[in-house]
Amino acid sequence: MTAVTTAPADPETRVRQSTPRPRGRLRPWLYLLPSAAVLLPLFGYPIYMLGLLSVFDYRQAQVSGGEPTRFIGFDNYATLLGDQRFWSVLAQTVVFAAVLVIATLAVGAALAVVLTKAGRVPRLLLSLAAMAAWAAPAMTGSTVWMFLFDADLGLVNQLLGIEGYNWFYDKWVTFGIVGATVVWHSFPFVMVTLYAGIQAIPSSVVEAASLDGASAWHSFWRVIVPMLRPLVTIVVIQSIIWDFKIFTQIYVMTNGGGIAGQNSVLNVYAYQTAFGSSEYGLGSAIGVIMTLILLVVTLLYIRALYRSGEKL
Amino acid sequence: MSRSRLAANTVAVVAAVVTFFPIYWMVLSALKPAGEIQSLEVRPWTLAPTFEHFQRVLGGENFSRYLLNSLGIALTVVVLSAVVAFLAAVAVTRFHFRFRTTVLIMFLVAQMVPVEALTIPLFFLIRDIGTAVPGVGLNTLGSLVLVHLACSLPFAVWMMRGFVAAVPEALEEAAMIDGASRSVILWRILFPLVAPGLIATSVFSFIAAWNDFIFARTFIISAKDNQTLPAALLVFFKPDENDWGGIMAASTLMTIPVLIFFVAVQRRLVAGLGGAVKD
Repeated sequence: MTAVTTAPADPETRVRQSTPRPRGRLRPWLYLLPSAAVLLPLFGYPIYMLGLLSVFDYRQAQVSGGEPTRFIGFDNYATLLGDQRFWSVLAQTVVFAAVLVIATLAVGAALAVVLTKAGRVPRLLLSLAAMAAWAAPAMTGSTVWMFLFDADLGLVNQLLGIEGYNWFYDKWVTFGIVGATVVWHSFPFVMVTLYAGIQAIPSSVVEAASLDGASAWHSFWRVIVPMLRPLVTIVVIQSIIWDFKIFTQIYVMTNGGGIAGQNSVLNVYAYQTAFGSSEYGLGSAIGVIMTLILLVVTLLYIRALYRSGEKL
Repeated sequence: MSRSRLAANTVAVVAAVVTFFPIYWMVLSALKPAGEIQSLEVRPWTLAPTFEHFQRVLGGENFSRYLLNSLGIALTVVVLSAVVAFLAAVAVTRFHFRFRTTVLIMFLVAQMVPVEALTIPLFFLIRDIGTAVPGVGLNTLGSLVLVHLACSLPFAVWMMRGFVAAVPEALEEAAMIDGASRSVILWRILFPLVAPGLIATSVFSFIAAWNDFIFARTFIISAKDNQTLPAALLVFFKPDENDWGGIMAASTLMTIPVLIFFVAVQRRLVAGLGGAVKD
């Protein structure tokens, strides 16, 4: 505070003093130090270790049996690529995620448009309901949907008047119910984001379109959608990343991957391979493949961010 | 009222009802007497609400202990991650330094890493750390705090960045001209100004830690006292017959804190989601 009394400098020098503000070169790194102290050992190092484990023969015998760990190069990957089961899990992960992304987007976007057209009270009701679904933990969302579809006491069976029908036996029906739970959780994000985006479009643009004779349908597809494209890209990629990583819903609702693991997705498959079958090396290899796929999506995401004019 | 407005209102109300229904059903079933849950008659209300399931849940199976564990972990993570993320966010928004963009992209990439796959190396890492520092080894609450802190930081930094950037730099410049030191500017001026953003960010960290299932399941193997809520919920699933009243009561207890936090900050959430809603 002493500087105040000893600096009767004229305004110009004051300004000049304050402009090259970020003077300390080390200061930003000082501020980043706590993050680095947490993230390097607990995030960076495990990623490196994941890669390392994936090229070793690392099973229960090595973990607790004292057997030497053996470097086996890409054998784990070769095992996976030659395994019919890996390919079928990969395929159903991709299909499941794709369907989820499309469904989430369709529901979210449609309701975002509805929000812009609806009156105040219905809009408030839908926003609040969506918030509740958004906030509900994946765990409790799963338990509630399981209860709704329970064979004996579930509401759905009671309404349909079918007693004891188990919805979780059939692979695709199960995927459908789990998918509905996931969409229920994730459409609010899409809805709220797109709604905010639509609100941000100057009304003059839409008015101009309608003066030019565009119908509501036309001005939606030709004016609003193109203007929202950057936002939509971001929402799509964010959804891909989330839906590709679904874990809790599958794990809880199908009790670890369904009958004979028929409802496994990559994430659950990696976890079960490592902790269920004690094949830690093989599980890590699945994890690496997943990470690589997500990395590609992430790079697309970063490119989309740049294109939308986001300054990094 | 125009026809399109009427249609939109109808769709909005129907969607709201459908969306809210599972939450309603959860709370309702938690309050229904056991006899009504068992009955095959469809009845979307109850005339005899009871707290018997809540009492059973909170009374037995160590549930209240797990509730405190979850709460303690989540709050510790929130406080630590708020301070750490705030500092990092200031670094990447208020300074121009080499590798700034690289650092930012790394925070972004870190968000995409499938955390579930990382449980495999983290399990061994935590096991090894535990031999040196028993307080954060397997079966401890400390290990969960550490792991959640690491997992919530990248997103917290990314989100805080937007809030810090929204504070006009002129304020800090004025303070600097008045002779305020760096730390005074940081903690007395900037920190209070971004407090609302900090709270919104904290909600995400809280939810992530609170909702976690996989780390608790993986790291807490034998120490039953150190379990957290999600694992406790699984106790009510029984091979012969699930205790749905108990499950719904436990689910309600687990959902309500998050719901309160979420609604309290919902306005700020959108603004903070990484500038995704700009323009």
